[in-house]
Amino acid sequence: MAFGPFLLLALMEGLVTAAVLALAAAGLSLVFGVMRVVNVAHGEFYMLGAVLAWVVTTMIPGPPALAFLAAIVIAPLLVAALAAAADGLILKRLNYDPEATIVATIGLLYILQQAALSLYGPNANPVTAPFEWRIQLPWFGYSGYKLFVVLAAGLVLLGLWLFMTRTKAGLIMRATQVDRMTAQAFGINVDRVYMGTFALGAGLAALAGVLIVPIQQAQYLMGHDPLLLSFIVVIIGGLGSLRGTLIAALVIGLSDGVISMFFTPTLAKILATLLVAMVLVFRPQGLFGAKS
Amino acid sequence: MNGGGVKHWTLHLALIAVLFSAQFWLSPYHATNLARIMILAVFAMGYNLAFGYTGLLSLGHALFLAAGMYAAGLPAQLWGWTAGPVFIAGIAGGGLIAAALGLLALRTAGVSFMIVTLMFAQAGFLTLLYFAPVTGGDDGFAVAASSRTLMGFDLSTDTPRFLAALVIFGTGLLLSLALVRSAFGRTMVAMRENEERSRMLGYNPFSVKLAALTISGLYAGAAGAAYAILFGYVGASFATIQYSILPMLYVLLGGAGTTLGPLLGAALMFVLIEAATGLTTAHQFIVGAALVTLVLFAPKGILGTVRERWVRWLP
Repeated sequence: MAFGPFLLLALMEGLVTAAVLALAAAGLSLVFGVMRVVNVAHGEFYMLGAVLAWVVTTMIPGPPALAFLAAIVIAPLLVAALAAAADGLILKRLNYDPEATIVATIGLLYILQQAALSLYGPNANPVTAPFEWRIQLPWFGYSGYKLFVVLAAGLVLLGLWLFMTRTKAGLIMRATQVDRMTAQAFGINVDRVYMGTFALGAGLAALAGVLIVPIQQAQYLMGHDPLLLSFIVVIIGGLGSLRGTLIAALVIGLSDGVISMFFTPTLAKILATLLVAMVLVFRPQGLFGAKS
Repeated sequence: MNGGGVKHWTLHLALIAVLFSAQFWLSPYHATNLARIMILAVFAMGYNLAFGYTGLLSLGHALFLAAGMYAAGLPAQLWGWTAGPVFIAGIAGGGLIAAALGLLALRTAGVSFMIVTLMFAQAGFLTLLYFAPVTGGDDGFAVAASSRTLMGFDLSTDTPRFLAALVIFGTGLLLSLALVRSAFGRTMVAMRENEERSRMLGYNPFSVKLAALTISGLYAGAAGAAYAILFGYVGASFATIQYSILPMLYVLLGGAGTTLGPLLGAALMFVLIEAATGLTTAHQFIVGAALVTLVLFAPKGILGTVRERWVRWLP
């Protein structure tokens, strides 16, 4: 294959990575923005979404499209409920102290990962894509499902943006983000906002997991890379800024696709982690965030 | 803090004496486990100096452990160095990497510091994987027998190994006691308690924290090098985030900011996981549940609580 088409393929693969990453990172960014909680267990919510998608699709008979539709609704809801419970049982009791919540979510990461290993097993299991279209380009054929993933992620992010900017619930969340105390003084139930935010963030990660599972198989360790990449995206985009997160996801996803294809995935990750560490050290507000 | 000098030294020397006697009443299997616990405790003591005393919550100590391990293992592997120089190289490696990381990471604080240290450690781990032909990657490599002898003693046999681990642990413990009793030790605590006020009193927080982190790295490097020499294995798996979490868990369990907490935490976690092996394979669950329980119900850890309630003079 010539260089041009090869680059195109790398960019398309990168776009799929970017789309899924943007969903997961938006959840992480939301939780950090509103609650000031760095959720280290975020990658496990992604993994649970993928694993539950496999569970749901194997339990529901019928055409793959129908089973997948059920998974895309049920899995994120289950994960969101789990996250809400974790918020009430653990994070709330810690009073959302930033350092204590990191330690607690590290513990949660281990617990969830072990639960998946014990209940689901160490194997990777595939989920059938809801449809099998192929788009034939002059140089290579490309999976239609992958393009669907990009489209779906874009729609969900658009919905999230409308939710945050156009609805009352979004307004309440933004108010809590700006000033928790004042929000409380105006009668906003901050505890419920936090629980809802944590559930929404986890649900977005789980949704990303469901979308990726027909491309990548569901496995109990799969949350590790998305966690790292989400961190990178959220930090480079500026902590708590949704627009910055989206731009950074595109940059990281596309460059990851290109560097991985022309060099090695390990080198791509080394460069990305070093970049994010340097950004935090020298430009803590992120590359796209405003100076506070 | 400065009182009770005789009590402090007596307590620590008595503990070392008890550990020395352990080789006579423990089975070789358990004595080897104790040697392993003591090496892990050296790592945790280093973590404690940064986290427990200076308030630097790092998620990157696996990098320092691995730096010590590879700074020891590579010269042994490539040039056939003997145990003495290998150990010194390991300590220096841990300290050097910690100082370099500190120069960058200490520009941040709190949550950012945690993430920066995490990211650097992850980059270090991936670098070890990237250079797998030299480092052995995930599989690692075995340290040659010739590099595991010190003055004619074969450190891969039970008694010399136990004694070497005890000497390293004992030295580390007494040095850490001397450090936290010193004026500099109290400056470290001042950074933890109120950085702004100590700055106002004329201290330079950056250089104090950098020194504390470097000392912490020297301990981690010593632990990594000791592990390579005494147990004969070097591998990239020691650079994974898990080895940054474990010392934090040991310190939180034993009691952050207590000199004996790291050993107690390491020993208890080791015994807990060993005991659970018969019942379940869910090791990670125990680690996770311990972290959540500690942070929820006992943030001061065992010895921290003991000191608060009963034994006020505990260092």
